Amino acid sequence: MSADDPFEAIKQTFFLECEELLTDLEASVTALTFGDGDGETINAAFRAIHSIKGGAGAFGLEDLVRFAHVFETFMDELRSGRKACDDTAIRAMLHASDVLADHVSFARGLIPSMDEERSATVANDLRALMNGAGPAPLPAAAPEPSAPAGTTDEIEAAFGFKPVMFNLDALPEDAAMVPEGWTISFKPHVRLYETGNEPALLLRELARLGPCTVTLHAEALAPFADLHETAAGLSWTIELDAPVEKTAIQEIFEFVEDECDLVIAPKGGALDTPDVGDVDIAALLAAATAPASDPVVPAAADVDIQALLAAAQAPLVPPIQSAGEAPTTAPQTPTKAPAATAAAAPATSAGTQASIRVDLDRIDKLINVVGELVIQQAMLAQSVAECGLTASSTVKVGLEDLEQLSREIQDSVMAIRAQPVKSVFQRMPRLVREVAEMTGKQVRLVTEGEATEVDKTVVDRLAEPITHMIRNAIDHGLEDSEGRAAAGKPKEGTIRLAALHRSGRIVIEVSDDGRGINRERVRKIAIDRGLIAADANLTNEETDNLIFLPGFSTADTVSDISGRGVGMDVVRRSIQQLGGRISIASTPGKGSVFTMSLPLTLAVLDGMVVRAGGQTLLSPLPSIIESFTPREGDLHRIGARDWVIRFRDRFLPLIDTAKVLGFSPPDRGEINGKDGIAIVVENEGGSQVALWVDDIQGQRQVVIKSLETNYRKVEGISAATILGDGRVALILDIDALVVLGRQQANHADFKIAS
Amino acid sequence: MNKKILTVDDSRTMRDMLKLALSDAGYDVVQAEDGVDGLETLDREGADVVITDINMPRMDGFGFIEGVRANPAYRGLPVLVLTTESSPEKKARAKEAGATGWIVKPFDPVKLVDVVRRVSG
Repeated sequence: MSADDPFEAIKQTFFLECEELLTDLEASVTALTFGDGDGETINAAFRAIHSIKGGAGAFGLEDLVRFAHVFETFMDELRSGRKACDDTAIRAMLHASDVLADHVSFARGLIPSMDEERSATVANDLRALMNGAGPAPLPAAAPEPSAPAGTTDEIEAAFGFKPVMFNLDALPEDAAMVPEGWTISFKPHVRLYETGNEPALLLRELARLGPCTVTLHAEALAPFADLHETAAGLSWTIELDAPVEKTAIQEIFEFVEDECDLVIAPKGGALDTPDVGDVDIAALLAAATAPASDPVVPAAADVDIQALLAAAQAPLVPPIQSAGEAPTTAPQTPTKAPAATAAAAPATSAGTQASIRVDLDRIDKLINVVGELVIQQAMLAQSVAECGLTASSTVKVGLEDLEQLSREIQDSVMAIRAQPVKSVFQRMPRLVREVAEMTGKQVRLVTEGEATEVDKTVVDRLAEPITHMIRNAIDHGLEDSEGRAAAGKPKEGTIRLAALHRSGRIVIEVSDDGRGINRERVRKIAIDRGLIAADANLTNEETDNLIFLPGFSTADTVSDISGRGVGMDVVRRSIQQLGGRISIASTPGKGSVFTMSLPLTLAVLDGMVVRAGGQTLLSPLPSIIESFTPREGDLHRIGARDWVIRFRDRFLPLIDTAKVLGFSPPDRGEINGKDGIAIVVENEGGSQVALWVDDIQGQRQVVIKSLETNYRKVEGISAATILGDGRVALILDIDALVVLGRQQANHADFKIAS
Repeated sequence: MNKKILTVDDSRTMRDMLKLALSDAGYDVVQAEDGVDGLETLDREGADVVITDINMPRMDGFGFIEGVRANPAYRGLPVLVLTTESSPEKKARAKEAGATGWIVKPFDPVKLVDVVRRVSG
């Protein structure tokens, strides 16, 4: 399984290609579902399945081939119009593409087992729908004549698959009795030359089987004017002195059997007992025996093979010229094809080299180096600034240009990793189908902004939260058919999945036109679970967002579909780990909108540079709501250690950043309102806390460096970065910091109590 | 000088497979992704043998072969068709378009090279 094994490498390419093909297939099927498809859509779906089958065959993935074959045959019926592409057919396609995807995943080892029963059921459904054509023959059930034993084993050992031989109409008795030699009469038609076949090469192949005596019959060449497609001119009689099987000879003439008069007979008067396997044997026999009995032009004497090969080159020219003269033999459409070529050519030259595949590690390495470059550049700028040069000095001007360039390089490199969210969005139709089937609801999925680009890491991690939100929307959001009818809504519910860029972030929205959030119920659950006080005064928005609180969704609010042990709080946390946020807005009776916003990349971060306990720290900008210098009386002590701060007429817990992170001795003087700044941040529960810091130094985009890779995990810190002056600054993990603050407060209380 | 083979297939996997087998046998390989690309590549690079898939977007294998055969410059150029279907109709259709011969997928590399040699010497 080494990476150096070219075959293994191609197999990996195959799976990557399958991913793309399955995405294409899904898109085609989706288009057909919504009535947006045409003949080309069916064609595209057919091609995708066909390509998967082709590759799978090469890698001996028999189950995949077998299923793809049935599916492909079915699509061929649709493509040819023999079967109508109606709702039943589309539904079968939907199921079949799901099963095909599972087969690929299984072959790739991505899923542990294959639901054979479902596969068989779906395949049978497809066959049943093709009732006119009857059950599709399985490729494995119709093996081709087997290959010569020696090569089969070699190939199988080397490549892991069995070669499939050419389809020959071998007669059983030929295999049974092998004569001493063969007499072959071969008379090419003009068409043989026109299709790029070459008698000389065929004769040479024959010579590989054993010693040949070749007789050239050139007499038919004489009446040039009468040249006809069935009498191209030269013909040959070959005496093959080797006990080979007839199939070996037939194989050589395989491509030309319809473009020549060919008789293969055991040597020694065998021409009198014609091969019954050949259809127009009488005509062939006549053609084959004619030259031998023709006394006018003496047949060329027995010559050696080399001389014959030379002679065989000669007839190539006249027959082809004759093709031009005989209108019936010119099948070409000379004007149409070249025109099409010329028109499409420019597009091709642009398209062929439009993309290349690059190993992700290489790009990450590049991003890393560019990050270093940006840091180095910032450090250099700072050193230069400290030299006190004038603003017009060439060094400063040059440095500014350099800064511009570094930024451009950084942006370009980030753009390399950017990918459209399409790959994630296109997985969703299947999910919607499955959930809709399980819930018995009718659901239509509408997607928008599939081309919206975001860093690959972010794309990869989008799938899970989106999946969860969609499940949730169908299961909890949408009413069932009766409910919708009662509410005067169309029977089919709509889930809308949209992506857009907004102020340097990507926003994903999942909305439904369902019943909206039942605020009374949410409030009751929250009170029952002790998440809010019974008399809490919450806005509608705050009530809606209670569903993200840890502990909100538990067993009795979770169904089979959206439950699966994961609550909305987990979704929220996973999004926050990506530096994102999620919220919900709901209108009772009209539906809900989940909105999540994420940074476009995880490689750089916008942060606020702050100082606490003499250390430079970075607070991620997305978490920050506001920062302010408290006025006298804004700070209040609660209990022995805890502080709260007044913010917009509310009191927020105040976390002493330096103390929590251990930057200052525990006996450091208490917080006071004079020498610090409060930064209001949002924590994981969606509620707000204030961080107490010494001062704020400014806002900056920084390159994120993993602390765990370079050092170790530090509580309350998510990563690190290097600032312009070369100092390392730790990036605060706001959520962890809040938890840490709470724990220390509890611990302190405990000490005091004891 | 090595013989040059043009492979026309929309599947990257199949192009890679062909290239692996043919390069190992000492052929130079140029690749195209569909019929249109194939004709363009053939004009630009030339080839001693062409191997083409049938089902491709933009221009399928039949259209491609007809395009090749329509150009007198490629008279006698061997064009092999890659097909998963070994049905007589498919072969007849390929022949009608002007194919020299066919290779049934999945192909065995040794056999592939045999066939290429048989049509190109």
